[in-house]
Amino acid sequence: MLKKIRRTLAVLAFVLITLLFLDFTDTLQGWLSWLADIQFLPAVLALNAVAIALLVVLTLVFGRIYCSVICPLGVMQDIVSWIHGKAKKNRFSYSPAKSWLRYTMLVVLVVAWIAGIGSLVALLEPYSNYGRIVTNLLQPVYMWANNALAAAAEHYDSYAFYSVDVWMKSLPTLIVAAAMLVIVVVMAWVGGRTYCNTICPVGTILAQLSRFSWFKVNIDESKCTGCGLCSKNCKASCIDFKNHKVDYTRCVTCGDCLDKCHFGALTYGHKATKAEAQDTSDNQPTDNTRRAMLVGAAIIGADVALAQAKKKVDGGLAVIEDKQEPKRTTPLTPPGSLSASNMAKRCTACQLCVSACPNGVLRPSSDLMTLMQPVMSYEHGYCRPECNRCSQLCPTGAIQPIGTDEKSSIQVGHAVWIKKNCVAVTDGVACGNCARHCPSGAIEMVPLDENDPDSPFVPAVNTEKCIGCGACENLCPARPFSAIYGEGHESHRTI
Amino acid sequence: MNDNNSKIFNRRSFLKALGLGGATAAAGTVVSCATGDKNQDSPTEPPVGKMTYRVDPKDKREVSILGYGMMRLPTVEVPEGQEEGNAEIDQEMVNKQVDYAIEHGINYFDTSPAYCKGKSEHATGIALSRHKREEYLIATKLSNFAPETWTHEAGVEMFQNSLKELQVDYIDYLLLHAVGGGDDKDDAMVKFNARYIDNGILDYLLEQREKGVIKHLGFSYHGHIEVYDYLLSQHEKYKWDFVQIQLNYFDWKNAAVNDEDNAEYLYNELVKRNIPAIIMEPLLGGRLAKLPDALATKLLKRDPEASVASWAFRYAGTFPGVLTVLSGMTYMEHLKDNLKTYSPLKPLSDDEMHYLEEIGTEMANYNTVPCTGCKYCMPCPYGINIPAIFTHYNKCLNEGNAPQEKTTPTYAKERRAFLVGYDRSVPKLRQADHCIGCGQCAPHCPQSINIPKELHRISDYVEKLKREG
Repeated sequence: MLKKIRRTLAVLAFVLITLLFLDFTDTLQGWLSWLADIQFLPAVLALNAVAIALLVVLTLVFGRIYCSVICPLGVMQDIVSWIHGKAKKNRFSYSPAKSWLRYTMLVVLVVAWIAGIGSLVALLEPYSNYGRIVTNLLQPVYMWANNALAAAAEHYDSYAFYSVDVWMKSLPTLIVAAAMLVIVVVMAWVGGRTYCNTICPVGTILAQLSRFSWFKVNIDESKCTGCGLCSKNCKASCIDFKNHKVDYTRCVTCGDCLDKCHFGALTYGHKATKAEAQDTSDNQPTDNTRRAMLVGAAIIGADVALAQAKKKVDGGLAVIEDKQEPKRTTPLTPPGSLSASNMAKRCTACQLCVSACPNGVLRPSSDLMTLMQPVMSYEHGYCRPECNRCSQLCPTGAIQPIGTDEKSSIQVGHAVWIKKNCVAVTDGVACGNCARHCPSGAIEMVPLDENDPDSPFVPAVNTEKCIGCGACENLCPARPFSAIYGEGHESHRTI
Repeated sequence: MNDNNSKIFNRRSFLKALGLGGATAAAGTVVSCATGDKNQDSPTEPPVGKMTYRVDPKDKREVSILGYGMMRLPTVEVPEGQEEGNAEIDQEMVNKQVDYAIEHGINYFDTSPAYCKGKSEHATGIALSRHKREEYLIATKLSNFAPETWTHEAGVEMFQNSLKELQVDYIDYLLLHAVGGGDDKDDAMVKFNARYIDNGILDYLLEQREKGVIKHLGFSYHGHIEVYDYLLSQHEKYKWDFVQIQLNYFDWKNAAVNDEDNAEYLYNELVKRNIPAIIMEPLLGGRLAKLPDALATKLLKRDPEASVASWAFRYAGTFPGVLTVLSGMTYMEHLKDNLKTYSPLKPLSDDEMHYLEEIGTEMANYNTVPCTGCKYCMPCPYGINIPAIFTHYNKCLNEGNAPQEKTTPTYAKERRAFLVGYDRSVPKLRQADHCIGCGQCAPHCPQSINIPKELHRISDYVEKLKREG
């Protein structure tokens, strides 16, 4: 019975959270974003007291049911293990806990977090690993399928589906996601929940609570025949049938053993025995570090003017070169993220914001310190004034919720003009497209030479009014490098 | 399809046996073989041998009232990853449609060195050279728009190249292409003189007419009326054999702010001088086929069996001083529909003419951009797909998918249709928000559209829609 309930809930949660990551249309987010909010580490980083309390109580009552139902990476492993179990029955056996590895991993997580190495935290966080796998490996497939439907819809004059750009947002992140998928799948295939009980720091933290859980799997020694079927079917390898003992730190309360025992020797419930006194470790490190180390780099503006198509015949389309990302001295982080340090400290790189960004602005960072955490760039689009999706979705508080009104006054960076790329200078044409599209009126067109009213008009940026949204950079006709680009600010401010 | 073909050939051989007796009449009278028999009536297939012909007053040759415009030739299916605008001409389809057209009595073919990215003449030459030279009349133009081709040598070269591409040794109708363009009336006169007079190229063309290499010399007009008036005032000197003007029930009264730019004025000036008129844009680049829904319904109610486009063709054909009406028929269906309309032409009554002119006036109240999709503005050096943007915008206005007020109940649906449709019709990088306003396009527009201004207007509208999500 327990197994059935667990399975139903797990599959439901797994499918829904997967859809949350796949959806790029902002239709499911409002309904499902709570599934991200109740993930353990995001809740801790967001200082989400309600979610933390809920998870603590849940674990203290039922044990590590979190790992079996709420954690999508855990459920994914169960699915892999279940498939293997179809082919090979009774393949597990009891093994003692590898405590040294578990605690080392936990220490690594805490130290990495204190040291501000966001990329390492992100690598160890289970929910985010799952998010990266879906966003990097599954969402493109989902989008291609959508595009096929959009093509069909277009054929039938329907507007039900619209086509979206599918592009590689970051190679390192894709590689990490693929590698993690392979590691987790292989470990689950071979050893069931080995990953959760040796590497996953969230598993290790919850293990400290599940020791004392009210409900537990109990072995009735009088009924046990010592057949060992429970141990052979325990994917956490935590039932020592010879000694009639269960390692509650590793049990994920899946209920498989209960169904397997032919003699009713295993039950799930409260047993009035004195638990061994154990000191719990409290994990609330203090905030004291700040990420620094930013690589200064000169802007390499390739001096490529648009080839003027000669007007001799009618029709045809000029070739448009793709834009290239400029080197930004300070990376741009999305409005609501407060500062580079807040982002580095709180983001677990789950990619939920990246998967939801409708403007092609957010992508995972390739910088080693902030690897996989979101940064903004404007080759595919710009941070549009009516959009605040990422801020509404972020479960960790790395991007705080902001309204669209608020967003229009949050300065995440400022625009910088590069004279040698500007078409007003290179092509000698009147342009002003940056000024025309600036949502905050921060750009004014002024004559290049103030004494010569006939000189080309070029943009002058009022950096006090500029919010760094990138409309100018995205819509600048200079290619591949724009003549105006957004430079990030370490700390955002409201203007 | 095979069945259709065999039918066609049966009809063809039947007609050959019968012999096509050519009726002759004085200029300006309608002649046709219409006898009123209903045997060949089919809802989709046009009859053979029923085409209406007009007679050219100069050489008394019969010209089919429907002329084939070679500006919007069919293109091959665009391969994956390639853009629509750069598609190549589908020569096989061109051949097939030209064959069908000739078979059904069309004998006037109009091309230009500039059309279809400069490839129209070549394709037309291939298709027509498969027929006897006396079966078709060819019209082409001196399309020297780029100032560096405003020399005598470049003009001669362009003309000689037309003969080569079209695989002929004489041109039936040669036009000075789109005279009247310029920033203002003075500029237009300056440009005209620079293009044709100062370099002696017009004298060269007159010479060619003397020699018989050009059978008829005329000009097509768009733009500043001063140039039109000037050229007609020089009729005694140049003896224009024909003039090509834009005429349709919209332009008859609504072409511009000044009455002098209206088709009514243009046409009447030609009638005064007994110069045959050749009609371009009878359908306003398809806009009179894709009328706003409300107006289209009116016409369909009046005659459920007639296509919306057929009204516009009958309108243009009804004028007795019209020699031929050009239509850029991209698809076989267009060709068949037009052939039906003109095989034979049933002239409109005065009442019907006025009714259509009223529809034209109503159309002017819609906020559409008067773009005919001729692509003279293209290519935009910054890659904007100008005609595609205007087409989408007009389509949405006509279909009621360009919402203005957020409070209307259908706002969300219309907004989605506009924005999703916009991304489908025009790739993001070619949309209006990328127009920098350099203005290179505007002087080329035969409809005198202030293209950058209109693009910025549409861009602002799209921005408003996006923000009100």
